[in-house]
Amino acid sequence: MRDLLALWAGRAVLKLSRRLGHGGSSLPGRVALRIQPALLRRLAGKLRWGSVIITGTNGKTTTARLLSTILQDAGYRLVHNRSGANLKEGLTSAFLEDAAAAGRRADIALMEVDEATVPEAVRELRPLGIVVTNFFRDQLDRYGELDTTVSLVGRGTDAVGGRGFVVLNADDPLVAALGRGRGERAVFYGVEDDRCGKRTMTQTREQRHCLTCGRELDYSVFYYGHLGRYACPGGDFRRPAPDVRAGAVCLEGARGASFTLSVRGEGEVRVAMPVPGLYNVYNALAALAAALELGVPLSRAAASLERARASFGRMEVIPVEGRNVLLALVKNPTGFNQVLETLLGDAPAADGAGEVGDRSPRNFLIAINDRYADGTDISWLWDVDFEVLAERGARVGEIIVSGLRAHDMALRLKYAGVPEASVRVVPGLSEALDRALAVTAKGKTLLVTPTYTAMLELRDIISRRGYAPPFWEAEKT
Amino acid sequence: MRRRAEWRGIEVGLTAVGLGEAVDFTAFDILFMGGGQDKEQKLICEDFQRVKGGALAEAVEDGVPFLAICGGYQLLGRFYETGRGERLPGIGVLAVETCAGRKRMIGNVVARSLLPGQETRVLVGFENHSGRTYLGAGVRPLAEVLVGHGNNGEDGTEGAVYRSVVGTYLHGSVLPKNPWLADWLIGRAVARRYGEGVTLPPLDDRVEVEAHAAAVAHAVEVARRHRTPVRRKRLSAVVGGRLRARRGSS
Repeated sequence: MRDLLALWAGRAVLKLSRRLGHGGSSLPGRVALRIQPALLRRLAGKLRWGSVIITGTNGKTTTARLLSTILQDAGYRLVHNRSGANLKEGLTSAFLEDAAAAGRRADIALMEVDEATVPEAVRELRPLGIVVTNFFRDQLDRYGELDTTVSLVGRGTDAVGGRGFVVLNADDPLVAALGRGRGERAVFYGVEDDRCGKRTMTQTREQRHCLTCGRELDYSVFYYGHLGRYACPGGDFRRPAPDVRAGAVCLEGARGASFTLSVRGEGEVRVAMPVPGLYNVYNALAALAAALELGVPLSRAAASLERARASFGRMEVIPVEGRNVLLALVKNPTGFNQVLETLLGDAPAADGAGEVGDRSPRNFLIAINDRYADGTDISWLWDVDFEVLAERGARVGEIIVSGLRAHDMALRLKYAGVPEASVRVVPGLSEALDRALAVTAKGKTLLVTPTYTAMLELRDIISRRGYAPPFWEAEKT
Repeated sequence: MRRRAEWRGIEVGLTAVGLGEAVDFTAFDILFMGGGQDKEQKLICEDFQRVKGGALAEAVEDGVPFLAICGGYQLLGRFYETGRGERLPGIGVLAVETCAGRKRMIGNVVARSLLPGQETRVLVGFENHSGRTYLGAGVRPLAEVLVGHGNNGEDGTEGAVYRSVVGTYLHGSVLPKNPWLADWLIGRAVARRYGEGVTLPPLDDRVEVEAHAAAVAHAVEVARRHRTPVRRKRLSAVVGGRLRARRGSS
């Protein structure tokens, strides 16, 4: 009785908030859980197969999205918290939304889960498997320390490991260490292509030391941040050989990426996907590894990636007033560095949406908010390698800075060596977008890098002007 | 600091000092140290006891400017007492003591600087610490807190100053938004090397001044909506006029 009441109330709130034009990502779940605290557990228990948890600092949403594309193509019916609301309430809302759609019972729940919520989510969902993408310094104002985050996720992988599958990033020592002592029961994925790596790393690195003996790890190659091929000089710990690997990686600027996918015992296949950036190659590997564990054949999974899209606000291209607005969410130094590298990437003959060979300067709109969901501490901006905007000045036109912390961003650019004349402070997001569109010629791409709440606001502004559907509609396909 | 020195034609060399390295710190012009996670703090604490403590104390007494933030600030004090009552020794160049607190003190900070030889200056930054630091005799607070928690959330002080050492919980980033603090450290370094007569040429700080004003206004605004401690009377006495002027102009 209580279950029915909770379901009914949650769904009513969901419908109401959609009608009012909100995403309704966590409120319905909150209301339903208030009535029946065990609702999430009950709903998860009704799944035909079970749940898969995707967690880690960066790439949760995109990995879940790629995996959902693969699984849907393979004929599974999914519950999926597409909006990215990844606390307990958000997970519950996703089930409510599915229940509202009625029809046949869902097979698998695909849940991107906030790192700190992992132990609770594992208890409630009793998942089939868990995927861990990476650990970077992110929103320390919420969890205090990276070590705390890692140990919370570790509790989750330990709990799942006994009965389900654990997919881990071999190239991130913090993630790979979660697989120690797990023998054959962990599935590792990683990149194996020295050409897209570097011998030394100037960017922020979170993990320099061996987790066993404390000695500095030796890297033969860095892919980005602290991701790479590493080994402890004392022999205590080394990068595990990945079961799912990407070789011969070809990054095509903001247009896409291709790579040769090799799976231990299953052979090789070439994958070209319209989702750009090396970090998304990692997301694709994570999704593929999980899909293989769920029984999807390699060739089918790879074919699905060819037509996959990134999630809303993650390298999403929206045509606005004859320009292409490329929205690339940024939330921490490593993610921002990867986005800048991808946007400024020397694509062979193309970048952006259809601008083949265009090397004219690009305009940027950088929107920084410091609300709770963005992280209230914006000092992370000083760990982003904005110096590349000065070094590649010829590729950079006007940089409009906006958001609640627009002035901090302008200051950061000054100290990065970007000429003050090319930076314009426009705190209001709507006005900033106007300005950015005005200085961007028709047919050209405007590069927008917003923090989370700034991304939602900008998307809202764009959709109210009639150029893009709201994100809960955009995510349905 | 590097940029602000270079913009004035002062060449800067940067040396990273690692764990276990014995260094004569008096040979440097400016020292800087940040904080780390508990694990790393412990490693540095041991290194300070075994290797660097004496050399750092010597440099401090020799007048080397030293900026230590958060965990670095705590390690310059006498000790850090963990939640379990275990005492990690500091090197004691600052007469301050720190105890682990239960609640993390997180948020924007606005504080009136008490640095000697300065006109009234307002520091703005961000704090994120669970340690509560208390000042002993012989050390002055860096600033008086107007918005936020500061050293311990009780006595209204933020940071500590002794000779040319500045310890503070403020980051976010503290130097570019408070360029006069960076310049104070550079000035002390220049004075130590070339004597007191040298003055630093002023820089075009319009972007810094704007960012500072925006950050102060934002901190006050956010504090109003949340339960951040605000000393309203002192705040309006120190920055009230400026805030009003800002609101009027926008």
